[in-house]
Amino acid sequence: MGHHRPNVTAMLRYSLKRLTSLLISLAVASLVIFLVIEVAPGDPASFMLGINAQPDTVAALRTELGLDVPKWQRYLDWVGGMLRGDFGTSYTYRTPVAGMIGDRLWVSLPLALFALTLSTAIAFPAGIYAASRRGKPGDVAVMGATQLGVAVPNFWFAMMLVLIFAINLRWFNAGGFVGWDAGFWAGIRSLTLPAISLALPQAAILARVMRSSLLDILGEDFMRTARAKGLSRRQALWQHGVRNALIPVLTIIGLQFSFLLAGSIIIEQVFYLPGLGRLVFQSISSRDLIVVESVVMLLVFSVILVNFLVDLAYALVDPRLRTRT
Amino acid sequence: MSLLSIENLSLSIHRFDILADVSLSVAPGEIVAVTGESGSGKSMTALAVMGLLPDSASTRGRIDLDGTDILKTPEPGMCAIRGQRVGMVFQEPMTALNPVKTIGDQVAETILVHKAMTPAKALDRAREMLDRVGLPADRFPLSRYPHELSGGQRQRVVIAMAIALRPKLLIADEPTTALDVTTQAQILDLLKGLVADYGMGLLMITHDLAVVADMADRIVVMRNGEVVEQGPTADLLVNMQHPYTRMLFAASGHQVSLPPPPAPVPLLQVQNVHRDYRLSRTRLFGDPGYFRAVNDVSFTLNRGERLGLVGESGCGKSTLTRAILGLENIQHGQILLDGQPVFTGHKPNLAVRRKMQVVFQDPFGSFNPRHRVDRLITEPFHLLVSPPTGTARQDAIAEALTAVGLRPQDAQKYIHEFSGGQRQRIAIARALITRPDLILFDEAVSALDVSVRAQILDLMAELCTAYDLTYLFISHDLSVVRTVTDRVLVMQAGQIVEAGETADVFTNPQHPYTQTLIAAAPQLPDLEALQRRQSHV
Repeated sequence: MGHHRPNVTAMLRYSLKRLTSLLISLAVASLVIFLVIEVAPGDPASFMLGINAQPDTVAALRTELGLDVPKWQRYLDWVGGMLRGDFGTSYTYRTPVAGMIGDRLWVSLPLALFALTLSTAIAFPAGIYAASRRGKPGDVAVMGATQLGVAVPNFWFAMMLVLIFAINLRWFNAGGFVGWDAGFWAGIRSLTLPAISLALPQAAILARVMRSSLLDILGEDFMRTARAKGLSRRQALWQHGVRNALIPVLTIIGLQFSFLLAGSIIIEQVFYLPGLGRLVFQSISSRDLIVVESVVMLLVFSVILVNFLVDLAYALVDPRLRTRT
Repeated sequence: MSLLSIENLSLSIHRFDILADVSLSVAPGEIVAVTGESGSGKSMTALAVMGLLPDSASTRGRIDLDGTDILKTPEPGMCAIRGQRVGMVFQEPMTALNPVKTIGDQVAETILVHKAMTPAKALDRAREMLDRVGLPADRFPLSRYPHELSGGQRQRVVIAMAIALRPKLLIADEPTTALDVTTQAQILDLLKGLVADYGMGLLMITHDLAVVADMADRIVVMRNGEVVEQGPTADLLVNMQHPYTRMLFAASGHQVSLPPPPAPVPLLQVQNVHRDYRLSRTRLFGDPGYFRAVNDVSFTLNRGERLGLVGESGCGKSTLTRAILGLENIQHGQILLDGQPVFTGHKPNLAVRRKMQVVFQDPFGSFNPRHRVDRLITEPFHLLVSPPTGTARQDAIAEALTAVGLRPQDAQKYIHEFSGGQRQRIAIARALITRPDLILFDEAVSALDVSVRAQILDLMAELCTAYDLTYLFISHDLSVVRTVTDRVLVMQAGQIVEAGETADVFTNPQHPYTQTLIAAAPQLPDLEALQRRQSHV
């Protein structure tokens, strides 16, 4: 049925507009990050050499690290390097930053995606179920559970999961990451408990958003129209309710992904995972500014990219947005 | 043999009685209009027939649809009946369609949900139905989305959905109340045509007696959940038995007599006013387009004169109102009150602003529910240089409330303690309290029931005598404008297309648009002739 195809040119034009705004955001963000980190107190060279270092040694190291050239040039070098995939060399470890981030990303990205999949898989059915049983025992139970999920900190979940599934049942390891070399399923297995502990609070929030968004939609006139056509409550809910309720849910999913990518430092700590969160933390402690800059830039990039994807998803869900700017 | 017969239907929700012993019937090919004021239970009657009552509703009596007892049919059975044997059209076309599905899918869904045809055939039928309701394929392909259509066009889609399976009964709940008069006339024609073509029964719910008298074969008048009178239209119009029916018709055509306006002295001068809205850019560095909402409008409102402004939605009358109030700057021309501009620099001119007040349509939404009436109606005092205090303030409050027919003691109450008509009286009190030179009534009686509207119109006429009011009365309702104004402006697409004495414009419209408007407005039957006949009996 040809008429089902969304208007392709409108969709393309919309995507191009969003893409332009993505590039502008990235440029602005890189400038802000560079400036903020440059004005942060603490000279990496003197930090690396300790407080008793001779001024000429510090100066030599500054030259070696490229800290003595004008700031605008360093900014351009930094941005140019990143575009070529060269993120510079870590001040502390003297290894390429790209490699360090790459290793960590192989842990953090799958973990974030895993957690997000879990949280969506829990939240959608829970939210839809609660909305369809508004005020009834099922709704009250789901809402109670989400209240708990929002209130209890995720590291407590993490510790409980470790206690039950790692220590008592011995289904999983209590911590550490075996690496993807050990095989896909082994990798997934060592990320399972961290992903669940990350996903539970997120799922609780998402389920509440899904429920309230759907309840708003259920009160809309077009739901009554659907019933007047002969759709049952359930049919009306699935065919007219859910898609309309998705916009706020997509917004929250976008925000959650960005948080999961970098904000999982506590969970990484609990499970001894070599993720991005711990890398940032260590780099900040040792004034390894080039690593901090790069990771922050990477996170900003991922947030902006996710927002871009969420924007595209909005337009797929809601035809009204395709024609608007 | 009737198609739908409702026998002694009683309905209560949480022990509140909504309907009591309602009986009515609809025959195939017959249009039955259920009319009455808000709270009369007319919409609940319609929902009861659809089996779409709230879960907490309990019913007694019988609703027989072509041999099926609706009240005894379980939910799955009702799903099979809705859409197939009875279709429904609702009041608000702007929100009645799912915004994320194409109109083709939504019309075809009625067919598919009943598994009446294959998907391909269902789309063919959807196309056929859209053609039938006046949405031809070249301009309205099945792939259109609701947001690409106007209110009238959307209502056509809703009708196409409701009739896609050719139900024997169509229920229309205020189907044209949200539409402009010209669109209303087209939709009513469409409904009449469908009833004639398909031999459907039409149960039409409407508060508009002019529409009722024009459309219906039979009329059912309801009040407080009861049928007070019903009968064939011609009979009922001639022999109204119940006082409520007579009151309804009298209130619908209510006329007031205004005192003659004084000798013309200009108060408000609107000269060559343009108001442009910037549109969003279509290209990153391209020129944004402009939409001219008000285009070269000029008129003068004299002191003590009552001027009407009529036009359909989107014609620019609200924009013009906002510009007169100094709420928006204009791009060209000037607006003077008593010779002073209403807008200076980048802000409203307060010296002029305090000489104007406004009464809006929604009598509830325009009040803060947490303030008492005395605080609500003294709000305009903040415009004054030295607002009255102490006894003077109390006296002003008492006088304003008395002037609008309320009691001074009402000052201590909250707004939710009042009825819709009383709230609109309070809104008028708020506008009067500073004794403004000019009052703007922006659709001020459009949301009111006819009986309440008649009282408010009487109040306005009284106030004209007592306070020498000067007002601009903005409305889409021609019959009301006709009785409460001396002169009238007709606005179309941002321009004033006709201006003149109200009586002249209505009896002898010059501009084609004015002629269309007046022709499209449903007319009440000649009540005076009826009354003459009754007085002879």
